[in-house]
Amino acid sequence: MWSLSNIFWLGTKELRSFIRDYVLLGLVVYSFSLAVISQAQSNSQELHNASIAYVDEDHSELSRRIARAFLPPYFKPPVPISEHDIDHLMNNGQYTFVIDIPPNFERDVLGGRQPALQVDVDATAMVQAGLGSGYALQIIDTEVADFLSRSEGSPPPPVNLAIRIAFNPNVDTAWFTSVMGIINNVTMLAIILAGAAIVREREHGTMDHLLVMPLTPFQIAMSKIWANGLIIAIAVALSLYLVVRLLLGIPIAGSIPLFMVGVVIYLFFATAIGIFLGTVAQSMPQLGLLYMLIAVPMNQLSGSATPLESMPVWLATAMQASPSTHFVSFAQSILYRGAGIDVVWPQFLAVATIGAGFLGLSIWRFRAVVAQSS
Amino acid sequence: MTGQAPALASLREVTQRYGKVTALDRMTIEIPGNCMVGLIGPDGVGKSSLLGIIAGARRCQSGGVTVLGGDVSDAAHRASVCPRIAYMPQGLGKNLYPDLSVRENIEFFARVFGQSHQERERRIAELLDSTALAPFADRPAKKLSGGMRQKLGLCCSLIHDPDLLILDEPTTGVDPLSRRQFWELIDRIRARREGMSVLVATAYMEEAAQFDWLLALNAGSILATGSPQQLQSQTGTSNIEDAFVSLMPGSPGKEKRDASTSAVPPRVVSDEPPVIVAKDLTCRFGDFTAVDRVNFEIGRGEIFGFVGSNGSGKTTTMKMLTGLLPATAGQAYLFGKPVDAGSMETRKLVGYMSQSFSLYSELTVRQNLELHARLFHLPSAVAKARIAELVETCGLSAHIDDDAAELPLGIRQRLSLAVAIVHKPQLLILDEPTSGVDPVARDQFWSLLIDLSRNQGVTIFVSTHFMNEAARCDRLSLMHEGHVLATDTPEGLVRAQGAPTLESAFIRYLEHATNLSGSASQPPPAPPLPASLLAPDKRRDSRRSYFSPQRLLACTIRESLELTRDPIRLMFALFGTAFLMIVFGFGISTDVNNLSFAVLDRDQTPESRAYLEELRGSPYFSEKPPLADYAELERRLQAGDIKASIEIPPNFGLNIKRGRPAWASAWIDGAMPFRAETIRGYLQGMHQLYLADPAVKTTVPTTGPPADVEIRFKYNQDFDSIYAMVPSTIAMLLALFPAILMALAIVREKELGSITNLYVTPVTRLEFLIGKQLPYVGVAMINFTIMFAMALFLFDVPLKGSFLTLLIGVIIYVITTTGYGMFISTFCRTQIAALFGTAILTILPASQFSGMLTPVSSLSGFGQLIGRAFPMTYFRPISVGTFTKGLGFTDLATSLLALAVFIPVLTAGSLLLLRKQEA
Repeated sequence: MWSLSNIFWLGTKELRSFIRDYVLLGLVVYSFSLAVISQAQSNSQELHNASIAYVDEDHSELSRRIARAFLPPYFKPPVPISEHDIDHLMNNGQYTFVIDIPPNFERDVLGGRQPALQVDVDATAMVQAGLGSGYALQIIDTEVADFLSRSEGSPPPPVNLAIRIAFNPNVDTAWFTSVMGIINNVTMLAIILAGAAIVREREHGTMDHLLVMPLTPFQIAMSKIWANGLIIAIAVALSLYLVVRLLLGIPIAGSIPLFMVGVVIYLFFATAIGIFLGTVAQSMPQLGLLYMLIAVPMNQLSGSATPLESMPVWLATAMQASPSTHFVSFAQSILYRGAGIDVVWPQFLAVATIGAGFLGLSIWRFRAVVAQSS
Repeated sequence: MTGQAPALASLREVTQRYGKVTALDRMTIEIPGNCMVGLIGPDGVGKSSLLGIIAGARRCQSGGVTVLGGDVSDAAHRASVCPRIAYMPQGLGKNLYPDLSVRENIEFFARVFGQSHQERERRIAELLDSTALAPFADRPAKKLSGGMRQKLGLCCSLIHDPDLLILDEPTTGVDPLSRRQFWELIDRIRARREGMSVLVATAYMEEAAQFDWLLALNAGSILATGSPQQLQSQTGTSNIEDAFVSLMPGSPGKEKRDASTSAVPPRVVSDEPPVIVAKDLTCRFGDFTAVDRVNFEIGRGEIFGFVGSNGSGKTTTMKMLTGLLPATAGQAYLFGKPVDAGSMETRKLVGYMSQSFSLYSELTVRQNLELHARLFHLPSAVAKARIAELVETCGLSAHIDDDAAELPLGIRQRLSLAVAIVHKPQLLILDEPTSGVDPVARDQFWSLLIDLSRNQGVTIFVSTHFMNEAARCDRLSLMHEGHVLATDTPEGLVRAQGAPTLESAFIRYLEHATNLSGSASQPPPAPPLPASLLAPDKRRDSRRSYFSPQRLLACTIRESLELTRDPIRLMFALFGTAFLMIVFGFGISTDVNNLSFAVLDRDQTPESRAYLEELRGSPYFSEKPPLADYAELERRLQAGDIKASIEIPPNFGLNIKRGRPAWASAWIDGAMPFRAETIRGYLQGMHQLYLADPAVKTTVPTTGPPADVEIRFKYNQDFDSIYAMVPSTIAMLLALFPAILMALAIVREKELGSITNLYVTPVTRLEFLIGKQLPYVGVAMINFTIMFAMALFLFDVPLKGSFLTLLIGVIIYVITTTGYGMFISTFCRTQIAALFGTAILTILPASQFSGMLTPVSSLSGFGQLIGRAFPMTYFRPISVGTFTKGLGFTDLATSLLALAVFIPVLTAGSLLLLRKQEA
């Protein structure tokens, strides 16, 4: 009972000092609003406005039709260039795609001679090159087939494949990037706030002061966890309701309250690791470097930036030990696929288990460090 | 110098405000030169502001200030007199660099003032000798005791022969022996350099009595000026401390003061067991013994004093008693029980006040008191009454809703005491509670202590450097180098040494102890200062310049030394990038494979199996157990168990055989759009392959495609993302690490106080910034070398293009990324803001908006704007271009040029935002 009261009142102190730090407050507001919006609008995960040029050596009806078929928003209007400019323009990255339509292309198509048409793709533009080459192939094939069917008629393919995308029929990437932006913020903020709260107490000498009062290290650590966790949970909820749903108009299929339960479970882990790093770091610059080494990979490899399926198996397996991976995974289940607790409980359990383990470790470590602090 | 002493400085109507606090209020004064001028006054009345303005460290908000014959608001005059002024800010060694050694600290200042190597060596040797610091020349400043730190500060100030020496409370927190040595040093220097003026703020009235001219301040205005004798006769007092107290408006009259200070009611000694017992208490840190077999007993209600030189083990002893530090050997007992760090019961009986202010400066006075009352579980009614009582007795009512950070030092100490006694402890442990507190506030503080001891039976264990406070204790222990030299009543100690005062008794004890131990901290009998050191430097004025490579180098050498003194930071900085390179190089990839799928085959014919075979043979997909029905499909897709499903409807085979169009359908998990798009592409590709498969053609009548569209992946035929990702990762990591290290390096100086050296030495902002930037550019280049080697040998990503172009690009790039950190640092005040700010302002643009995944030109909205303004956008094409595209200088000239534009822009921006003076 006394213990709860101590944890509560110490936590209110954390809240007060957070609210008083206007620069920090401003940065948090920025990262949950403007930063989320800019990620949602950036289209960085889809084929959007890809720059394309074409070399038309045929000057035929078909070649013009192919050039016209590349449309926004996937492609910018294709620009005609001459053949000897291809290398130079692709070298400086001006065009990601260049279509080279050879002479007599239309004539050879009509003559059934299966002429070759080449599409040069800048393979260093990773997302665009992969998605865009598929699109380009499809567009050109369709255009040629249409052209033929108008002039002579070709048989329909014997087998058709109807592809449908579940949960996000238009493959709108803003749905994904906005929520992933919030998730990355949670990890970043929880670690920095909790870690800095410890380093600051030590740098300002208030840690000794706390330790001569009837307070246990457990109470001190728990007060920081609940207070910083609360700040972040509120920021997440506001960001989801106001920024994602209201401002960006993104429909959320699942239950936000269920997601918030997951966020709270995750925050236990994230603030615990912050406290752990705070006990390891001797100064703020050291905390900064530790943060970079721990939190940046946790975010980048959690599946929120590139798919887990793209990692080598050993790394993907190792990332299963990071709660951030499960966090991203249950966030996607709940928010996009509308999954309920019956589906996500194993992930909740995984996060809670790893989180509890880490919480225990960081409190043990906190106690040890505090015992020898001076 | 003429015989007539010219005014050293004159102020006209100077007003200085910080928030709602007025530090100086329309002050007009002429300060005479060629003498020792003392500034006295209560805490927070503007002494430091006044000294800061005269030194040029603070900007004068309104009014006119003339120093050494010119207006200090004129930057040119400030620059020209700056080498003639030396300024030592308040706080023990605040402008020193704690990680550097004594010699390195002085060397830095010597370089800043442009001294040649020989001149520097000679001066440093002379200064170290005369301050007796020579044996400690290689000791880091952070390991010096307070007194030694102040002497080092003085050495750094004297290295360039100032005409005006400004010292802000130089002896606060310094023990009496070191204090005496400090003033003897100043006297010797002044004896040899007649023209030198000294301006000192002090809280020690016995020091003030030795000065030539005094300026008494209160609440931003002048109370009185004149020689100590003049002030005494003006107030009709016999010493300067009393004179000061009676000058204070609203101060108790002389009689009342005498009554309150001199009369400590005698203690009624009871036969109760002692409250504190220390038996052979010992504390060792490694092979250094901080406290060596200390013994004492303190009875109930006793005021027990601890005096001793800096670093003698007083604080360590107190920490062992509170349980903050475990004793290495020996035992301490509180209330008859051994000290147990975990005992909550004992903690409730003890109140502790540590040496530095350790309350929450961001809370108000009331919030601090309430928080502590709650943590000690006072019932709320009791707490309310108790807080009201404490506010009354400690005189906090005027400040009740002020932030603790804004309180003057004296009020803060009273608040600390109020907090320490909020739960009515039976034992108070106070570590130098009155350091830096003005005499009036100290008096009030002690009357509180006496009341607690005599009327409430509280045992008080207190350490102090003030002898008039020590004299009020019931008993005293003298500590030196971890030993207790003597324990007795103050009178007993004076008698034992046959000394006239307690202070001289104390000094005799110390001198006796140091002679016995033969310790090197005993100064040699004051060698005369060589005349050469004190000769005014003739070349000084000719050295003025707007840019000096030597000063820049001084900053670079210092920053590099500090970096090497923090091996943890250096290791992380050098090898952290290597670790992240491995993680990202393998982890961030757009080659999606291992995609899990399941089939719902409702046809189960050779035709349907032939169709699915195409999918099953694909390296991109891995099959999970088949689906039984549509509900299972939905459930497993929702749970994320499968990322795609293929459904073959009944009659699929029959339709193919009969030449009717057959349909298969696929569901893809759209939760991650990029993955969904990729899967769609794969499925379509596979479908085309199926149609073109000769085996299929034999069963299904179909013609070949009308045209052969050939996708050619340039630069990377296999379309393996590592060839783009590794060069991009190098670009990303070279953006993150240098920026964060640079930003923290500058903000750290702001937070820890050494930024003052930028304000008061001839170092210009440009020299300061570039000087600090160079070491981090060096660190970044080492990072690049490591990552370059990793790219070649670990990831097997060859460099196809021009190495020279890449190298030029990297050099320009790391200058811009450190410059980016520099720019962020100029508007952050705390390290935490700098850390968080740099993190969110670099990680997001670097990973999302700089072309890492998608070309910047294809981004839309705010993201593209951020990308265009971030240097990595221009470096990534250089890195990818030289590694993977095989490009050279001419291909990349535009990117190099765009990148180079950042350097002047970021540097100019930082220069504009960085102040050469404090606000």
